[in-house]
Amino acid sequence: MTARIGVVTFPGSLDDRDAARAARIAGAEVVSLWHDDPDLHGVDAVVLPGGFSYGDYLRCGAIARFAPVMGTIAAGARAGLPVLGICNGFQILCEAHLLPGALTRNQHLHFRNRDQVLRIESAGTAWTNAYQPGQEILIPVKNGEGCYVADERTLDELEATGRVVARYLGGNPNGSLRDIAGISNEAGNVVGLMPHPEHAVEALTGPSLDGLGFFTSILKHLAGVPA
Amino acid sequence: MIERSEVMGQPEPALADHPSAPDPAPVPLSAVDAVARMASPESPVPAEAVPVGGGAAELPVNGYPGGLDTVSNATATPGDLQPYAELGLRDDEYDRIRQILRRRPTQSELAMYSIMWSEHCSYKSSKVHLRQFGEKAPPSDRMLAGIGENAGVIQISEQLAVTFKVESHNHPSFVEPHQGAATGVGGIVRDILAMGARPVAVMDPLRFGAADHPDTARVLPGVVAGIGTYGNSLGLPNIGGEVVFDACYQGNPLVNALCLGVLPVQRLQNKAAAGPGNVVVLLGAKTGRDGIGGVSVLASATFDDGSAQRRPSVQVGDPFMEKLLIEACLELYDAQLVVGIQDLGGAGLTCALTETAAAAGTGMRVWLERVELREASMQPHEILASESQERMLLIVAPEKLDAVLRIAEKWGVPASAIGEVTGAPEGSGPGRLLVTWQGHTVVDVPPGSLVDDGPVYARPMREPADLILLQADRAETLPRPATAEALRETLLRMIASPNLCDKTWVTEQYDRYVLGNTVLAQPEDAGVIRIDERSGLGVAISVDGNGRYTRLDPYHGAKLALAEAYRNVAVTGAKPVAVTDCLNFGSPEDPGVMWQFAEAVRGLADGCAELGIPVTGGNVSFYNQTGAAAIHPTPVVGVLGVLDDVAERVPMGFARTTGNDHDLIFLLGETRLELSGSEWAWVTHEHLGGVPPKVNLAAERSLAELIAEAARVGHLRSAHDLSDGGLAQALVESSLRHGVGARIALPEGFTAGSMPFVFLFSESAGRAMVAVPRGHEKAFTALCVERGVSWTLIGVTDTAGNELEIRDQFTIGLPELRAAHSATLPGLFGEGAATLAESVATGTSTPDAEPTGSDQGDTDPIVGTAPAGPDGADRAEPVGSDGAASAPAAGPAAAAGPDEAPAAPGDAAPATAASGDAARGAAASGDAASTTAANPDTATANPDEAASPSAATASPDAAAAGPDEAASPDAATASPDGAAGPDAAAAAGDAAPGAKVSGDGASSTAAGDQEAAARTDAGDRPTD
Repeated sequence: MTARIGVVTFPGSLDDRDAARAARIAGAEVVSLWHDDPDLHGVDAVVLPGGFSYGDYLRCGAIARFAPVMGTIAAGARAGLPVLGICNGFQILCEAHLLPGALTRNQHLHFRNRDQVLRIESAGTAWTNAYQPGQEILIPVKNGEGCYVADERTLDELEATGRVVARYLGGNPNGSLRDIAGISNEAGNVVGLMPHPEHAVEALTGPSLDGLGFFTSILKHLAGVPA
Repeated sequence: MIERSEVMGQPEPALADHPSAPDPAPVPLSAVDAVARMASPESPVPAEAVPVGGGAAELPVNGYPGGLDTVSNATATPGDLQPYAELGLRDDEYDRIRQILRRRPTQSELAMYSIMWSEHCSYKSSKVHLRQFGEKAPPSDRMLAGIGENAGVIQISEQLAVTFKVESHNHPSFVEPHQGAATGVGGIVRDILAMGARPVAVMDPLRFGAADHPDTARVLPGVVAGIGTYGNSLGLPNIGGEVVFDACYQGNPLVNALCLGVLPVQRLQNKAAAGPGNVVVLLGAKTGRDGIGGVSVLASATFDDGSAQRRPSVQVGDPFMEKLLIEACLELYDAQLVVGIQDLGGAGLTCALTETAAAAGTGMRVWLERVELREASMQPHEILASESQERMLLIVAPEKLDAVLRIAEKWGVPASAIGEVTGAPEGSGPGRLLVTWQGHTVVDVPPGSLVDDGPVYARPMREPADLILLQADRAETLPRPATAEALRETLLRMIASPNLCDKTWVTEQYDRYVLGNTVLAQPEDAGVIRIDERSGLGVAISVDGNGRYTRLDPYHGAKLALAEAYRNVAVTGAKPVAVTDCLNFGSPEDPGVMWQFAEAVRGLADGCAELGIPVTGGNVSFYNQTGAAAIHPTPVVGVLGVLDDVAERVPMGFARTTGNDHDLIFLLGETRLELSGSEWAWVTHEHLGGVPPKVNLAAERSLAELIAEAARVGHLRSAHDLSDGGLAQALVESSLRHGVGARIALPEGFTAGSMPFVFLFSESAGRAMVAVPRGHEKAFTALCVERGVSWTLIGVTDTAGNELEIRDQFTIGLPELRAAHSATLPGLFGEGAATLAESVATGTSTPDAEPTGSDQGDTDPIVGTAPAGPDGADRAEPVGSDGAASAPAAGPAAAAGPDEAPAAPGDAAPATAASGDAARGAAASGDAASTTAANPDTATANPDEAASPSAATASPDAAAAGPDEAASPDAATASPDGAAGPDAAAAAGDAAPGAKVSGDGASSTAAGDQEAAARTDAGDRPTD
């Protein structure tokens, strides 16, 4: 059976079509989820896409976490539903306390879009099992508030428990502490990632095909193939 | 939105039939359900009950006893003095308004006429010239909507059309850079949306004052952040544009914005408010006091010392609302709920109401109190003039109003029914626009009188007195670098100059990936967007302008801008099909400026006719002038081209080749001694004089057709337009794009004295540099012959080399080039673009020298030696996944050698040959081969290997020629400067008639060269 992946659209979501395209290229059936509808329509996994939900005039993701759909997603995530938050989605996951820490204004205060090398630090999550630990990938990063921060203890714990999923290499684009580009929850079903794997799935439009692994990972995970 | 109209003002025909209506309005309401549902009262409210903001003292424009200037009041007090002059209206214009209305205008009407008849809205100074775009337009069966609409629409397949337009937001961006630029994006996006299209990309041609001027440090970062914030928040990829610095823009930066949209053909919308009884709906943001008087007071007067006080005239953007507006409108279109639609931009509601009514010949009844306000105290004239952003005016059938409101609510966009479309009062002729406020009629006008009957001026024109002297002061007489060392220094200085340097600091603040269809984006020559994911159908767009050229010769300068944009689109392999333009000039009241404008328009219209592509829309920005100092006349031209399959697009960077392979670099077109108006003259001599490069649009057309054809059949690995900074700039950009070096030999005629400099820095038009995979050169040059494009084989790419070599002149490593090229903007505007912690720590001045490593995995050799980093410990550059680079790090020279060596005997071997072609034919392509292999680099870089390359070339004559240096350059130059012609012709063998390739006789001697070429090779390589 084809895995069903839900992609949420909040008002102000921008990369929702792209996340859907990537999931489709990976072989998933894509289900569009609407911020105002708490029903997840039986999806097997959820992607919270990039963008500026509700304009993000307040703290990024601070309003989105209260969207009706987020209540269901948060409950599901705590029960093991795989959730990938990309960029704004990562911010929403932090605001929703599904992931620790916060994403703040880029240290240099500019929005920055570039092709970024990452190192996959953990291939043990639902969303990264198609990669090798230590594998270096190139995918776009684009954000204005992507600087990951958390207190030292949290950072140490993330490191110690293998929950740093990806790290920036060759230059930190936003000032994230310890070059963190993505983290997961303890169970590994919830992953937040600042860069955009959905923009590296086609040779014609992306800097590489390296992003596809996030989407093939979840299919593998859902198919029960051990990571 | 305001668009230029080709229609000249006509006398108001219905004046006599429609004396101003008494107050309150007698126009009957049709008892449509929808209208009945509208919130506000149908019955007039007693005057004394009207809250009018506290009485006369608070009325900003004019005070009237009783607080509101109604139509009846205006009729009763014909002698009242009105502040029309302060609103920018001339005596005769005011008189004309009184004539049209047969009374004095009310305060609201005066505000409406003043903004609609302003230069910005009425095109009163430009109309007489702009007509040429229509008159001279070549026939096009692709154009579904053209000048006069919100934006031109071009059909690109049976089902799909695209729409695009460029517009200015110059004045607001000087007063308040961030919001000015942001709302510039917002405005053009709504124009595109109004055509029924989904906006899919934006581009921004920007011009600032001197790069190192303190005010530029205020304006540029604000403008860039504003564009970024707004466009990024809308989810529109920014795929290109320009960043130009010139002191002439110091007080008048040019912030132009282009948007591209896509629509299914049947979704095309129009702005006509057709169908009396239909409901007028205002959709989008609430109306506030922002931007009031923006068009009349702000955009249509020359800046003076009071500019700072005009800040409140600049609108404030809300990109989130605009995003919602986009989604809501698209849903409305798809559900076929809209009869007509118009965005609100300059002149706000006034413009939208009058234009939609005038377009349909209908009238309109509007209850102004139904407009949702941000500030309850706003007066009618303020509501009518407000330029609050993110609003659209819809015309909706009454029975569909509910559905419209539901969709608006779904997206959280405010919507209110504010009026209805009316017919002509007496059943014939155009209707009237009747606006009431709390039951009082404040406006009663023929809508067409504001839109079409504005003043039209044939303003006096005179060629600027200084032009003759300016043109006589030619840059070709300036001292030119004549030594290798001077040339090397010049190149490094040029690529670091503000106009030629790397613009990453700017462009990385823009999202170029969102929507997932960006195939090419800056710094590529043109942006390429995939339109249809299944078929690969896509479009390429470029915007270009050159104020210096236009200053020197407006007619040809405009043509050169057109030619450059056209060429930039063509080098991607696309077929150019349509043009948009943004004409930025000084004050039309200055006869010199007006002359420049007229000449530029004439040049552009003629150019479009010659190229066979129509102007589909655009805008005019006058008064880019502070005091007596006008900007350089700056027509910015956007060209759109179509690619049947974006997979065939040709990028600008030299491609990485594997193993021993390398591509052959050809220069297409002819290089002349043309330095006037050039970037070099400006950077090194601060010189502006002479006449700009010759422009030959027939040659541009041939070049475009050649490239499109060559791209289609796979002859091109990369292609780069030559323009500002000449060949040197193109070589550096193509090399740095993917970190692939090149080895160049100067062709015959360009080897001695200052001619190497001319070869590298001349800005002759009609040229492009292409890289052709080995094995394709014969077919490619044959195609050149067929298309009549002269070609010169100038060298080879060198993936492993990691340097740019100009043979017998200099060699510069790519890291040094990159450091010079990329440090400028971060140095001027801060390290925002530089990588954070590490770079700060090491004091690296260069931002991520190899930031994108666009081919993943390739460890750029640059990495190791990386940028200016003073300590070798430069932070690690983004290293590809396979450390492949570490190996060749051995050094470019060494690398080059082995690279070529194996190639030589094997496949470069000339002998493979002639595959049936006449020997001499073989020569030409063989001569390509020879360059490849025998190319000096091999020889010099790696003497030991020399034998093989030369063998590779053409043993016999290499030998004959003696030192293979001699042989190869010879061979290399066999084709240059027009000599290419005969040569190539020969090469083609069969295409004999092509003999006079080089078109306009520029073909030089070449005889010797041909001989050389002929001798050089016994043969040819097979094509793959």
